[in-house]
Amino acid sequence: MTASTETLDRVRSLSQEGYKYGFVTDIEAETAPPGLNEEIVRFISAKKEEPEWLLEWRLAAFRAWREMTQPDWAKLNLAPIDYQAATYYSAPKQNAGPKSLDEVDPELLRTYEKLGIPLREREALAGVAVDAVFDSISVATTFKEELSKLGIIFCSMGEAVREHPDLVRKYLGTVVPQNDNFFAALNSAVFSDGSFAYIPTGVRCPMELSTYFRINAAKTGQFERTLLIADKGSYVSYLEGCTAPQRDENQLHAAVVELIAHEDAQIKYSTVQNWYPGDAEGRGGIYNFVTKRGACRGARSKISWTQVETGSAITWKYPSCVLEGDHSVGEFYSVAITNNRQQADTGTKMIHIGKGTRSTILSKGISAGRGQNTYRGLVRVQPRAQNARNHTQCDSLLIGDRCGAHTVPYIEVRNPSARVEHEATTSKISEDQLFYCQQRGLNAEDAVSLIVNGFCKEVLKELPMEFAVEAQKLLAVSLEGSVG
Amino acid sequence: MLEIHDLHARLTDGREILRGIDLSVNAGEVHAIMGPNGSGKSTLAAVLAGRDGYEVNQGTVTYLGRDLLAMPADERAREGLFLAFQYPVEIPGVNNMYFLRTAINAQRRHRGEPELDAGQFLRIVRAKLKLLDIGEDLLQRAVNVGFSGGEKKRNEVFQMAMLEPRLAILDETDSGLDIDALKMVARGVNQQRAPDRAIVMITHYQRLLEYVEPDRVHVLQGGRIVQSGDKSLAMELERRGYGPVEDAA
Ligand SMILES: Nc1ncnc2c1ncn2[C@@H]1O[C@H](COP(=O)(O)OP(=O)(O)OP(=O)(O)O)[C@@H](O)[C@H]1O
Ligand SMILES: [Mg+2]
Repeated sequence: MTASTETLDRVRSLSQEGYKYGFVTDIEAETAPPGLNEEIVRFISAKKEEPEWLLEWRLAAFRAWREMTQPDWAKLNLAPIDYQAATYYSAPKQNAGPKSLDEVDPELLRTYEKLGIPLREREALAGVAVDAVFDSISVATTFKEELSKLGIIFCSMGEAVREHPDLVRKYLGTVVPQNDNFFAALNSAVFSDGSFAYIPTGVRCPMELSTYFRINAAKTGQFERTLLIADKGSYVSYLEGCTAPQRDENQLHAAVVELIAHEDAQIKYSTVQNWYPGDAEGRGGIYNFVTKRGACRGARSKISWTQVETGSAITWKYPSCVLEGDHSVGEFYSVAITNNRQQADTGTKMIHIGKGTRSTILSKGISAGRGQNTYRGLVRVQPRAQNARNHTQCDSLLIGDRCGAHTVPYIEVRNPSARVEHEATTSKISEDQLFYCQQRGLNAEDAVSLIVNGFCKEVLKELPMEFAVEAQKLLAVSLEGSVG
Repeated sequence: MLEIHDLHARLTDGREILRGIDLSVNAGEVHAIMGPNGSGKSTLAAVLAGRDGYEVNQGTVTYLGRDLLAMPADERAREGLFLAFQYPVEIPGVNNMYFLRTAINAQRRHRGEPELDAGQFLRIVRAKLKLLDIGEDLLQRAVNVGFSGGEKKRNEVFQMAMLEPRLAILDETDSGLDIDALKMVARGVNQQRAPDRAIVMITHYQRLLEYVEPDRVHVLQGGRIVQSGDKSLAMELERRGYGPVEDAA
């Protein structure tokens, strides 16, 4: 969310100009009764005034979901989830949340301070009812004007359905079909909102696109749906998430992200995930089940995923690339931290279909406390993928001796000309390294954070600059209490 | 500055390595500690620096009037105790300059001084490099990663020069060095020499002492200091070896 200091300055300067666009009419606070059935799906679709085809699309997803069971192959230990007890629609409440920072959990404020988040922004993040929403509306509007001159569409999914139905209809579900998996089906049936972006042929998007600049983004965390299309020869870098800890009253999250890159297009998708991880005993954290997939449809297209996963009690997430176009390229760079009772089962799938396709996987898992961290990755080379190349590097770092790191690679090669390399290492932060740092005057926590940042460096450098600096601080905060 | 009295230390398996060390180092002095392999020199340095894995079962150490053994390792460092490691440790991915700036600023905060920004830090770096006649090549690499043995030692001396400790302990910083590197180490030590600082050099070779004149030379053997003298003792050891010293003890 705090994507770049530069843009933040812009936010601030713009908000001083005052608010000139008027506010959307009060949405009546309304919540669907708990449970999930066709009725509820219809209710959601009606609330959002969606066209018939989208309702049918949701219903198809719901029917598929009803026939599916929650997957249990991941190395995750979790209590059964009662899907009929959850609520699947609740209109944003305008007056919910604390009135001022005085009412906010001091622990949360302390973390904001450590992350160096500006005061004004802390209010917005903590959910204090301030003009922050107004800021983002005016900024979003300004940026949108700039973008639309280039023909770039960047808006909420809801708006895209209204304003660009043909594009949405053409691409929605083409990378992650409704019945792809249990959580994707659930998302397809009840998705709340999300982002939509379209970059036209030959256009290089001049700024990092970020959800920060999208209206009401803060409240769409639970069943978010993102669709990004980069047309021929275009380029876009997209930032998702927020280094500040995000709380949500909904424990269950199931997002879907679909990326489409046409010929010679490039998409760089960066995520910092810091949903509430629960307390030291793991109580109350977010369950994060995410389906992210990109299709490199055109020749020489490229999709690059970079993720820094520090939050959530449960992370289940495999950002993947389907390399259909000849000579297309997929990349996956990941840092996942589990501390206390957190569990992460994350990795990627690289599906090589086109000739000369290449993929790179670099995963850094850090486990501390009683955290469990699993890398799970599939590299598949289809028969037509002549001369496909993959290089995978999976490194695990353990802090303490009550945590766990696991590596589960699946390699399926059906073309003999392919070259697939897999390297994995597991190490502990050594006493020698800690002592060396302490002997130079660093305290134990700073020493660990320095060593961990060094361990993750190759991934962090893939993040946009300002994001990387914040991610570094975030790693330190996430590992607090892991030594000493 | 440093008063060690009847210091005994043992490993977790109970083996006693230091068996009654007495040593007194005053501000402004340079001491050399020599002794055969396995005699406990590095152990003494480790115990003074506060490394885990050793139990002090007897004796006291006073540093600048304070009970050194009661202080955690990082605090000792921030109070000006520096150890140049016999085997410097690699920290992958951590830029050498960044590491040093983090360390310096931790120490400055401790002393209530303002932190150095990147520009100020760089100016000091340049000045020290010039003084020691060290190239800039090591600075942008990860801490000790892929450094040659000599480069690691050079880096230790550079860190010492930057941190300006009150008490520096150099554990075989002269081992495995060519003559130019040896001179550089000597420059580093001589440049640190000051009335309010003390330096303890652990070494096997008289060679270093040709460039850095020690005030005192000690022989550590079997976990005790068995002989002390002026620099002529080092020359004598070079001629005779350690054997006869043990007899004399
Ligand atoms: N952490 C440790 N674990 C096991 N043994 C140790 C440890 N530290 C020291 N020792 C043992 O204590 C003895 C003294 O070791 P130390 O490293 O202090 O010797 P030294 O005088 O520095 O030798 P050298 O000249 O070879 O560097 C050796 O027998 C060594 O194996
Ligand atoms: Mg030694």
